Amino acid sequence: MSADRPAIRLRGLTKSFGAGNAVDGVDLDVVEGEFFSMLGPSGSGKTTVLRLIAGFEQPTSGTVSLQGKDVTDRAPFDRDVNTVFQDYALFPHMTVLDNVAYGLRVRGVGRRERHERARAALDTVRLGGFGDRKPGQLSGGQRQRVALARATVVQPKVLLLDEPLGALDLKLREQMQVELKELQRELGITFIFVTHDQEEALTLSDRIAVFNEGRIEQLGTPAEIYDHPVSPFVAAFVGTSNVFSDELSLRVLGRGGIHSVRPEKMTVERLESPLSGDRSATGVLAEVIYLGSSTRLIVDLDAGMRVVVQEQNDARRVGDEERGARVRVAWSDRDTVVVVADRRTESLDPAP
Amino acid sequence: MLQADSGGPVPVPRDTGARRISVFLSRHPRLRLSLLLSAPLFWLGLVYIVALAALLITALWTVDTFTGTITQTWTLDNIVTVLTGSLYQTVTLRTLGIAVVVTVVDILVALPIAFYMAKVASTRWQRVLVIAVLMPLWASYLVKAYAWRSVLSSDGIVDWLVAPFGGQTPGYGLPATVITLAYLWLPYVILPIYAGLERVPDSLLEASGDLGGRTGSTLRLIVLPMIWPAIIAGSIFSFSLTLGDYITVNIVGGANQMLGNLVYTNVGAANNLPLAAAIALIPIVIIFGYLAAVRRTGALDNL
Repeated sequence: MSADRPAIRLRGLTKSFGAGNAVDGVDLDVVEGEFFSMLGPSGSGKTTVLRLIAGFEQPTSGTVSLQGKDVTDRAPFDRDVNTVFQDYALFPHMTVLDNVAYGLRVRGVGRRERHERARAALDTVRLGGFGDRKPGQLSGGQRQRVALARATVVQPKVLLLDEPLGALDLKLREQMQVELKELQRELGITFIFVTHDQEEALTLSDRIAVFNEGRIEQLGTPAEIYDHPVSPFVAAFVGTSNVFSDELSLRVLGRGGIHSVRPEKMTVERLESPLSGDRSATGVLAEVIYLGSSTRLIVDLDAGMRVVVQEQNDARRVGDEERGARVRVAWSDRDTVVVVADRRTESLDPAP
Repeated sequence: MLQADSGGPVPVPRDTGARRISVFLSRHPRLRLSLLLSAPLFWLGLVYIVALAALLITALWTVDTFTGTITQTWTLDNIVTVLTGSLYQTVTLRTLGIAVVVTVVDILVALPIAFYMAKVASTRWQRVLVIAVLMPLWASYLVKAYAWRSVLSSDGIVDWLVAPFGGQTPGYGLPATVITLAYLWLPYVILPIYAGLERVPDSLLEASGDLGGRTGSTLRLIVLPMIWPAIIAGSIFSFSLTLGDYITVNIVGGANQMLGNLVYTNVGAANNLPLAAAIALIPIVIIFGYLAAVRRTGALDNL
């Protein structure tokens, strides 16, 4: 069912504001019940795609389909999707209960019933006793949950979340991430989650679309995106990567193309200790940064490149590196990701 | 070594008299505040409160009908006359009616204009429109009132426009007074409503639509309650300005009189300052009543 009737289908979606294209020909199918993230830096078009799905913007060209129905020309109130806004957009003059009941009220649900259902929705986000307060009297995390309750009480097929955790502090954000994931599992509806926080996207999502300059740069599961970035942009944007340009790949790895190695796959060793990986490069230790559970070491390779190495602070780690010392960075060839294949070998291949 | 080279040593402040006063004031914040506020408070007290009190007191004196001088004998006669005299009752009701109609007309006209300015127009157009709304305020009140007199005259533009459809100009009278006053006070009503709408985030309108609210519901349940204080603020302008006006009704009102005209004639031609003061108290009482009523609705809580 989900294969031929995806929850959301975008085809050739383009939106231009003045000069450039904010969204440039996006094709996307989101499966029903999926936790789908749109990840990208600000200005990459991810929020505009979300607004096009919600109906707040009209595409310049292309179509938006929900459950197999073309809704491109429909107003937001005629679309079976609901949005959790970045600033929550709670109505300041209404109580929390009236905020949550609003969607039911404009649909003509009676006062008694809509208050009952709003109360139940507030219970699911653990705000049972807060119905009589005004949004201004709540903390950021509580407002966030009211926004969630308000958007889910009308039982949408798809919930759109526009950087919903962006305004929260780190501790609260991590807690809300868990709650979001649980809520999504409980409701069983599709979540489309916009974020610029790659860690958040990796933690929460079933699949991720990485946006860059209005296009989807890569689409895949968190593991695919993290372990096999298909472009230097994805490698650099999702997590930290040591990206070897074509020239450096030739020098360090002995083959052309663009390669990437994650900091945690590398180790820093003394020159006299036995080599632990099948790849290595020597350099000067430029910086040692203690991060609590791990240590980040920055090494200026002799080949002319700066690499970041991240080592767990466990019992095996000696931790006696000194800035300025000559060291060896070692890693395994299977952790070396080919981002762009070597064009030389391709061009040398005889034409079939 | 870290010191930036900013051209020699920084001079140590000299111990001048002005500096000593500054130090003294910065240690005594209450004194600082009272020095700051005394001049405007003095002005406000003298011009405003004393003038109002003088008005009230004058209303309790009488005029010697023979010599025409004010005798300072205390009496409630003027107040009683104003409250019971049929002329004063009629004019009060007429003035109140005009003020209410002008206010309602202004709000109805201002709402869509302000909404367009705040939520639809581009930033550039927004600026142009704000100036366009303010522009009539640069012209003299009299010029605008006489302009309407000409527009509404029997061979004016209105007559010329509606004549082909079998209509005719309303001429001079209460409708002309309402039209002219509504025009005169419109900027004072548009601007607060525009400012109020500016403070409603677009995301709230989007959220309402997103939750299934059509345009009507969004306006009724989200926009109106949020800009209610702004509407009230605008209405206070048009309502109180209309209550005190007497020039427009002279120019386009035909034979009709408003409370201001009664005050004017009693101060001037009739030479009865105490009665004029008593009449002038009527709009003040009405305004206080209006403010109290508005307060009760809770509309001013969020100001």
